[in-house]
Amino acid sequence: MNEMARLQKRRLAVYGWMLSAPALALMSLFAFYPAIATFWHSLFSRGTSRRPSVFAGFENYGDLFADPTFWTVATNNLIYAGVTIPVSIIFALVMALWANAHIPARSFVRSAYFTPTILPMIAAANLWLFFYTPDLGVIDQITGFFGASPTNWLGQPETALASVIIVTIWKEAGFFMIFYLAALQTIPPDLREAARIEGAGRWTYTRRVLLPLLMPTTIFVFVNAMINSVKLIDHLFILTKGGPNNASKLILYWIWEMAFAYFDSPHAAAMTILVLLALGLVAVAQFRLVEKRTHYR
Amino acid sequence: MKTDTLIANTKVALPDFDKLLDALGAWVLAIVWISPLLFAAWAALQPSGTALGLDFSNPLTFENFTYVWGAVPWSGYFANTVILVTLILAGQLVLCTLAGFAFARFEFKGRDTVFILVLLQLFILPEVLIVENYAIVSKLGLFDTALGIGLPYMASAFGIFLLRQAFKSVPVELEEAARIEGCSWMGVLWKVYVPAAKPVYMAYALVSIATHWNNFLWPLIVTNSPETRPLTVGLSLFGAPETGVDISVISAATIMTIAPLLMAFLIFQRQFIQAFLRAGIR
Repeated sequence: MNEMARLQKRRLAVYGWMLSAPALALMSLFAFYPAIATFWHSLFSRGTSRRPSVFAGFENYGDLFADPTFWTVATNNLIYAGVTIPVSIIFALVMALWANAHIPARSFVRSAYFTPTILPMIAAANLWLFFYTPDLGVIDQITGFFGASPTNWLGQPETALASVIIVTIWKEAGFFMIFYLAALQTIPPDLREAARIEGAGRWTYTRRVLLPLLMPTTIFVFVNAMINSVKLIDHLFILTKGGPNNASKLILYWIWEMAFAYFDSPHAAAMTILVLLALGLVAVAQFRLVEKRTHYR
Repeated sequence: MKTDTLIANTKVALPDFDKLLDALGAWVLAIVWISPLLFAAWAALQPSGTALGLDFSNPLTFENFTYVWGAVPWSGYFANTVILVTLILAGQLVLCTLAGFAFARFEFKGRDTVFILVLLQLFILPEVLIVENYAIVSKLGLFDTALGIGLPYMASAFGIFLLRQAFKSVPVELEEAARIEGCSWMGVLWKVYVPAAKPVYMAYALVSIATHWNNFLWPLIVTNSPETRPLTVGLSLFGAPETGVDISVISAATIMTIAPLLMAFLIFQRQFIQAFLRAGIR
């Protein structure tokens, strides 16, 4: 009997491994192995036909830190994340509250908020190009109506990053709205009734009841937004190409440029490792938060 | 007549300013939010070169669309995107179902460690590993193929995680009943777990299709011929400023890229959002 049970247990283990093996193999091939290989390659110098690459230790990392572009790009990405994350979360929350309220033409409102989400970023950037075109674009025509002089929104360092940020917020907010909408629908309506009977106003109800209940969703959305702040760069290819003078360049675009435009893969590898380290920190923080709330159990 | 005035009176009797403001705010934001799209739709129908004049008296024309269709191998791009999205989704559904089932219902040594590794992959973005993945795809001889674009995305940690959660919430009694009936493990998976997770599959499929229909950077790197290029890459090359095309033409190309997904979304809008809400991705 005991022998049978052990055999059965072993059979289950073999099954488990067999079922997960294909996914694990692919994951190793396209995530774990390349991550390690990237680190290994980041330790070598750039090879040319005359001089083969040699082990250089952390020299590439030193080069990055000494490069002013690195600091520009890192700062840009911090600003990009620092603005897009909170603003798109606030928009998402407001949208969800409205899309959940009993207002006329609610389904139109819902789809209007959500539609940018299903567009390719490349296409979204094309749409925004007309808004940003100096003088002739929609924005300049509107501001010109009030007597403002035309602005080269994408072509000057002061406004290029902001223009890119606005497109990202427009693209992301509707997606995050869906998660808030889902969460709002699980909140029992009697809570609002109870709050009203207690004499709590709308703002008090939102701050004291709604926001705390939406906290797990906010954490989830926040982590996603953080990952996206590294990932979303497609619009740079259309709108600014990182310019002018690196003013709107983000890390991933820079990595792409180093590797595929300047063929400098060792430095691209070193930069990739820095991004992975940052993402790793996000991951650890996320798991800690989840453990505390055991929200996914 | 009488009832009409009665309704009118009740409406006057309840001047709910909060509600009115809510509706107004919601509509204004909604209109602002889709205005880029509306503008593009209108610009695409304008004669070439006149869209920025915002002259609403011009006659509408389809010539931009016919021009774009003839200027680049659009139907090829379109077919490539459909093949790519189908291939990725099929791979993801099979791999994630199997792995999700393993993590949800089988106990084996090291399972929890492996699962944490899987979750970690959520943060190792394929987008960041482009340099090394490019080398791997080239070594596998998959450069400039649909499989080369799709393979890195097939073992999706997100999919595995979602399906594991869904399978875990299936009552074990259902599985035991099926086992007593003589169902194999694969039979149980196919007849009990997969049907139970249908809403999750729906939501996941929608996310996957939208993501890969829209993906740009990786296909840009791995393709270099019109025979494999998806719509997004085709569109980006088409819209390059060097070619000097004007906004009506770019609008037409953009509308053509987004039209299939957009139409699908508008038709299945309710189900689309409901699938998300029901799957409980939150």
